Amino acid sequence: MAALEIENLSVLFPSSGGPLRPVDGVSLSLEQGEILGIVGESGSGKSLAMLALMGLVPYPGEVSAGRLRFDGHDLLAVSEAQRRSLTGKDMAMIFQEPATSLNPCFTVGFQIIETLRVHEKMDGKQARRRAIELLEQVGIPAPESRLSAYPHQLSGGMNQRVMIAIAIACNPKLLIADEPTTALDVTIQAQILNLLLTLQRERGMALIIITHNMGVVAEIAQRVVVMYSGQIMEERATADLFNAPQHPYTEALLAARPESRIGERLATIPGAVPSLYARPRGCLFSPRCQYATPLTVDTRPELRPWKGGAVRCHYPLGDLTREARIRADRQSDRETVA
Amino acid sequence: MSAQTAEAPAIAAPSTALAGIPQHPAMEFYGDFVANPGAVIGVLVIFALLILAATADLIAPYSPVLTSDTGFLLPPFWQTGGSLAHPLGTDPIGRDLLSRLIYGTRLSLLIGAAVVTLSVLFGTTLGLIAGFFRGVVEISIMRLMDIILTLPSLLLAIVIVAILGPGVMNALLAVAIVQLPFYVRIVRAAVIAETAKDYVTAAKVSGAGSLRLMVKEVLPNCAAPLIVQASLGISTAILDAAALGFLGLGAQPPTPEWGTMLADAREFILRAWWVVTFPGVMILITVLAFNLFGDGLRDALDPKLKR
Repeated sequence: MAALEIENLSVLFPSSGGPLRPVDGVSLSLEQGEILGIVGESGSGKSLAMLALMGLVPYPGEVSAGRLRFDGHDLLAVSEAQRRSLTGKDMAMIFQEPATSLNPCFTVGFQIIETLRVHEKMDGKQARRRAIELLEQVGIPAPESRLSAYPHQLSGGMNQRVMIAIAIACNPKLLIADEPTTALDVTIQAQILNLLLTLQRERGMALIIITHNMGVVAEIAQRVVVMYSGQIMEERATADLFNAPQHPYTEALLAARPESRIGERLATIPGAVPSLYARPRGCLFSPRCQYATPLTVDTRPELRPWKGGAVRCHYPLGDLTREARIRADRQSDRETVA
Repeated sequence: MSAQTAEAPAIAAPSTALAGIPQHPAMEFYGDFVANPGAVIGVLVIFALLILAATADLIAPYSPVLTSDTGFLLPPFWQTGGSLAHPLGTDPIGRDLLSRLIYGTRLSLLIGAAVVTLSVLFGTTLGLIAGFFRGVVEISIMRLMDIILTLPSLLLAIVIVAILGPGVMNALLAVAIVQLPFYVRIVRAAVIAETAKDYVTAAKVSGAGSLRLMVKEVLPNCAAPLIVQASLGISTAILDAAALGFLGLGAQPPTPEWGTMLADAREFILRAWWVVTFPGVMILITVLAFNLFGDGLRDALDPKLKR
């Protein structure tokens, strides 16, 4: 059975012109011990989808979903208290900005020990010993003396390690890492990613890593979900996605990596992510897509199974008939205009 | 904890290699505070006033309320007609001015502390609630505070005392209500700024409930502006209470309250300068001391003002 099942998850924010959907019909499933990468530009709804899963959508947002199951629990049906005990213990999350994700008023040790005491019902001594163990596991030197350090006395990388220690303190079954390396130095990034991978392997937990760094995804994820404007555009095993992207957006994202253009001008995707207030009628990517046709502008494609993954496109790149169809669609448009 | 603080200087002192070890926050704060001479003077004066208030029964030469027929409106000792028996002279009905001033310290400090305690307590609670539960709750609390703010503070205090009746307790309550909006606003603003930070989300992810989030996670991070406002609020409270006393709405005679003393002596201002001057000077010194102290606290607690 899948550890995590999300079906048709949407986040709605009321507005005068009808509800806005920063997350629109996201479906995911994750096996125990699997590593899933979610990539997309800023504002594509990656983080919000995960917060919705945790029941943390900020006011006045609302969550709607066909199904939201985690480890046998129906998250749509559980009470607030049950959800809280579940999210602290079995689902944990680490954040982008290590400097602000720890409470500046308390020592690092206090914050780890607090989590252990609440969720694992440990007494003070046990919790302290376990905290030292955890700090050791995440590679913090001299863990005993670090317990009494405040977050501002530690570097960003150290703080992120502490965050990871808190997150794994209760042996979660699912760890969500929301851009865990974005705010860190490149040299530290690799260390943190390795640490996450090691911990994931040791504990066999499921790991969702949210990032806009394709390199990070390539390095650690087994499967990748590409999000754009709140929708999943493509889902595929990592190697397949990088070797043969099926969605034009994925193709453009991969082309925009700096390392793919050494010695040339960097490639960009023209235009910007459509505003929440002005979503295109058809495919959300159509205003920026080089393959756009009248069909993509008018009709929004569904996410459909395609070559071992899924893709939301009228003309997936691996489709042998696509060029002919694109030409035909553009042609018919010209004829109707004439 | 005590073992660690004891051994920390032992490690840090001899070795220059460890000079980068950050100071304990309390030590850092102490250093920043002491570097500000005004703040130190303020603290010293406050200490002196506290000692004065605590030992009033011992050091005051006379009772503050008993009149004596040795002389009315006697001048201070350095003026002709004055004597060391009444170093600062006597008031129109023969009470010793020095004793009244000493006992007045007790009352003024008590008023300052009580008012600030009340308004911090209620202000923080309302501010936390407003900052946390946005929407209707926030709107109703903040608009109520806005209404209180639209009225001139002294006028509002007068209205409240007029409704409740004059007296020290009611004056205290009136001043506390007048000061409330400042604390509510400060706490709400701090709470809104803090709740946007990831550590609050992280705490929610770890399953913290609303009450725990409010009191344990966010409130300690709002403490700095609150402490500064509270220390400055003491001086405002003393001033407002004195003003109410002066208008006859605060402490009632014969209570030795500085504002009331000023009011009682108003008609003698031309004939006997000391009966108005000394209570006024006491108010000035106390308010100034608390202001200096508050400014010093702000400089030491606000990282943006650090040199």
